[in-house]
Amino acid sequence: MSEITYLEAIREGMREEMLRDGNVFCIGEDIGTYGGAFRVTAGFLQEFGRPRILDTPLSESAILGASVGAAIMGLRPVAEMQFADFVANGFNMLVNFAAKAHYRWGAKVPMVVRLPSGGGTRGGPFHATNPEAWFARVPGLKVVVPATVRDAKGLIKSAIRDDNPVLYFEHKYLYRRLKDTLEGEVLTPIGKARVAREGLHVSLVTYGSMVYHGMNVAEELAREGVEVEVIDLRSLVPLDEEAILESVRKTSRVVVCHEDTKTGGFGGEIAARIAEKAFEHLDAPVRRVAAKDTPVPHAPQLEDAFAPQPADIKRAILETVAY
Amino acid sequence: MPRTSRKSSEAEFRSTTQEDLKRHDAGLLLGLYRDMVRTRALDNRIEALYKQGKLVAGCYSSRGQEGLSVGSTAALRKDDVIGPMIRNLGSMLRHGIPMTMVLRNYLGRANGPTKGRDGSSHFGSLEHNVIAPISMLASLIPVMCGVALSFQMRKEDRVALTWIGDGGSNVGDFHEGLNFAGVLKLPFVLILENNQYAYSTPIEYQTAAKDFACRAQGYGIPSAKVEGNDTLAVYEVTREAVERARGGAGPTLIEARTMRMRGHAIHDDAKYVPQEMFDEWEKKDPIATFAERLRKAKILDDKVAKRIDVEVKEELEQQTEDALAQPPADPAHEIDEVYAP
Repeated sequence: MSEITYLEAIREGMREEMLRDGNVFCIGEDIGTYGGAFRVTAGFLQEFGRPRILDTPLSESAILGASVGAAIMGLRPVAEMQFADFVANGFNMLVNFAAKAHYRWGAKVPMVVRLPSGGGTRGGPFHATNPEAWFARVPGLKVVVPATVRDAKGLIKSAIRDDNPVLYFEHKYLYRRLKDTLEGEVLTPIGKARVAREGLHVSLVTYGSMVYHGMNVAEELAREGVEVEVIDLRSLVPLDEEAILESVRKTSRVVVCHEDTKTGGFGGEIAARIAEKAFEHLDAPVRRVAAKDTPVPHAPQLEDAFAPQPADIKRAILETVAY
Repeated sequence: MPRTSRKSSEAEFRSTTQEDLKRHDAGLLLGLYRDMVRTRALDNRIEALYKQGKLVAGCYSSRGQEGLSVGSTAALRKDDVIGPMIRNLGSMLRHGIPMTMVLRNYLGRANGPTKGRDGSSHFGSLEHNVIAPISMLASLIPVMCGVALSFQMRKEDRVALTWIGDGGSNVGDFHEGLNFAGVLKLPFVLILENNQYAYSTPIEYQTAAKDFACRAQGYGIPSAKVEGNDTLAVYEVTREAVERARGGAGPTLIEARTMRMRGHAIHDDAKYVPQEMFDEWEKKDPIATFAERLRKAKILDDKVAKRIDVEVKEELEQQTEDALAQPPADPAHEIDEVYAP
């Protein structure tokens, strides 16, 4: 078994599902001949051909709309947004058409939208956002955010098999940084969080790229005698609320962290649920570590000032422990 | 509001003659007539139920556009898929949706097609090959392209058809969808119903183009223009487009000229429409004009007309009774079925 990257894990997961189920197809801009802007679908056109690997005009709304229509008819489209930011051009198809179809008239919409998201790559205002909170509040959509190689593969496979529209946020910073060896069938259940690291003193509830940074901080703090429990949510909708509450009951102190901006970010929802359901277990206020409330800036100095850094996570944890 | 004249030449809009009528089977012609009568009867019943306070919220009349809906849908096979808009009641009935289903939805009944979760004719039924619209106009175009794409991928010789208005054709999805359909040569037909007004906005405030059909050129696809109140012409033009789509030759844009004979919805008195326009179009009423033509061709007479009226009335009464007898939507199930299991 050789090591594969997070990016290769996504590709492997998609490929396995394409081979398993003839209804699965890929649709997006530059995904065929070019293999996708990040090469996630490299080799697919050669292996599966057109139309199962479908290069489209530059039309995000048409890509997502056509995916909705094909999914209602029983196919299983995997649509790629070249960058998560561009999903704004197809917003209506997701929040009004896909999200409401089953509730309104019982139509299943088994589609996946792949959203290369996040910063750390100096992408600037239109190539580095984390728009998961735009969708996590829309009833009818599922939102998953893999943070590991295993879940990159396990969640894309589960998303493809799900009978609902699933938004799959893949983090560009993790694409080639994370490596792992996977064996056998890898399926990650949607709606189930993972205890990435056990700890007694404080819980760090996080997802996506912040799991990577949070784990590094936790290791550093362990050497200083602070045991951090890291909860990797893996899926925001449905949310594994019980996993969060269980950890809070154990540590009594919580830091919530995400790379998305703070106001209206998903961290607010997590903090509210903890306040509603585990208030009496808390020994300190819930702290949020998130990006500043600005667009994502381009220059390295600015992006680093914008996005939560390991030092910010560490400071919030130490303040929470000392409270 | 003064109406500027921006008419294409009359000859550009296809219409049919009495001679053309003879080329068609009497059964088909009577079927078209009958489905138009059914549509208007249901439309009137919905209005009456609203006035009796039995149904709440918007009622959207398709009065004056019945021929367009029925004629275009008649050009399809039952396994073709339609995406009707709010004024395509006739398309739904023609494609097999029972009246009670429409009424149960308007009435918000627990066992209606949306269980009270959406209203009016805003529903779909996969069993009947009908996709539900959403209120954001033109969204159905890319979605129906996806339906057509599924046929193309599965090598099924089925066709996807939907409609759009003069107003809705200015939404970006119209452009993205038709361009997408053109590139992929999808088995797709789009009928643009120019009914002169989008809510209160006349067509000269919608586009500076001389007509709507000319837009097809920009997508490299064929177009046609038809008199929307000439039900037979609509049928013939749509049929040609459907056959082209089924044969793998790709999509067509059809512009049909008609008139919305009521307000946007029942609350709207449409005072912004000059009375002369209503008077002019009333003379072109699709049902009255078609009946007259059928009588001239000796396909319809008093006896047959009477029989159709009686049968439609019976159907309407029975279906209304059925819908009214259904239980109201149940708040206990408000939170259910947001997700597929």
